[in-house]
Amino acid sequence: MNLDTSGLESFSAAVPSAMIGGDQLGSDQLFGPASFELPAGCADFDKFQMEAKKTLKPAKGTTTLAFIFNEGVIVAADSRASMGGYISSQSVKKIIEINPYMLGTMAGGAADCQFWHRNLGIKCRLHELANKRRISVTGASKLLANILYSYRGMGLSIGTMIAGWDEKGPGLYYVDSEGGRLKGNRFSVGSGSPYAYGILDNGYRPDMTVEEAHELARRAIYHATFRDGASGGVVSVYHVGANGWKKLSGDDVSELHYKYYPVQATPVEQEMVDAPPA
Amino acid sequence: MECVFGLVGKGFALVAADTSAVNSILVHKSNEDKVMVLDSHKLLGASGEPGDRVQFTEYIQKNLHLYQFRNGMPLTTAATANFTRGELATALRKNPYSVNLLLAGYDEGVGPSIYYIDYIATLHKIEKGAFGYGSYFCLSMMDRYYHPDMSIEEAIDLLDKIIIEIRTRLVVAPPNFVIKIVDQDGAREYAWRESIKSPDVTMA
Repeated sequence: MNLDTSGLESFSAAVPSAMIGGDQLGSDQLFGPASFELPAGCADFDKFQMEAKKTLKPAKGTTTLAFIFNEGVIVAADSRASMGGYISSQSVKKIIEINPYMLGTMAGGAADCQFWHRNLGIKCRLHELANKRRISVTGASKLLANILYSYRGMGLSIGTMIAGWDEKGPGLYYVDSEGGRLKGNRFSVGSGSPYAYGILDNGYRPDMTVEEAHELARRAIYHATFRDGASGGVVSVYHVGANGWKKLSGDDVSELHYKYYPVQATPVEQEMVDAPPA
Repeated sequence: MECVFGLVGKGFALVAADTSAVNSILVHKSNEDKVMVLDSHKLLGASGEPGDRVQFTEYIQKNLHLYQFRNGMPLTTAATANFTRGELATALRKNPYSVNLLLAGYDEGVGPSIYYIDYIATLHKIEKGAFGYGSYFCLSMMDRYYHPDMSIEEAIDLLDKIIIEIRTRLVVAPPNFVIKIVDQDGAREYAWRESIKSPDVTMA
């Protein structure tokens, strides 16, 4: 994000050039040239607005989330794929099963995510065979982060979370194509993530039951799909426990809408009455 | 928006950094530790692009360990600073790292020192320094209140004043900071200054 720090630079006033009389009858010369720089965007406001929206809007059109609680990890995602304003699919699998105890989420380029998660699954299996023990979530996420870092700047678009259960218990990492890798308890990735964070942050308690956590995740994705045009389709929710992952539900978002906000018969506001006889 | 700042006191050096990991308007986490403990007596506070920050500081840390394994003794702070700057400089015209660093260390016979290393491989040995938007507020305060051989209480007091100033005046001020210290007894975490706490998860 670029903050405008021009106010902190030393002020150098542009000296208005001497006005010549007769030629400057055009309106913009009437008051002389500006003695200060006009703010960016005044010249072409529509372009400025577009640029502003583009900077604020994360490029990955999706909503995925994952959080750790006492009973393990919940992973949830929507299923919409969009190409600009066109919805290309409402049934994309955005939760990728790396192996029976680890899940990855997909945000960004679908091909990039699918390919590199599959590649990660291969590397995890090779690790198991070479070391006679399962790879940890820390290790798997570091493998992926190092691979993505080496392709930094070459146009990969991946914003993924690696969630799993290993010897140390539940683990959750956020890994992206810029090379960032963060360990945490709660993440949401994609264009709908701010909306999901709003629900997730306020409903989260570490001591939830699996059912409560399931409902929280489903609600968070639903609210994100309601507000974000690039998210929609079906909400899938998975739970990763000590024995591996299990898919809990896959609900269509429009059906969820009417379940949470059923249509209410609105009373007629004002009834027309016959005009009283004159 | 990332703030890293540090100063040298009497027999110790302090490095503080904010702890937010941010992506555009989203704060991913508020307890990301950006001051890496390089070895027993060195700290490296880093700010910059997330991938570069972690990868470069780990690269320096592992190379430091390798030197110690091979030679049976650790590198001095000055040598570490020059090595780090060299790596940044070599990469600069090919595949640059966008990280700004404050390296703090304690050497026997020399005492505490801080080195300022910025993303285009500038290297300065300094007594007080800062990176990021927070530096606009810190540097003047440090210039005004710093004096050589400050006690630890005075130095922490100054750091706290700086943190309060950043929180008051910076438009997207990070809520939490971590302070680490390096002195004769080694490099360690000193304190966290948190105004937002994430709920702790107790493992089942």
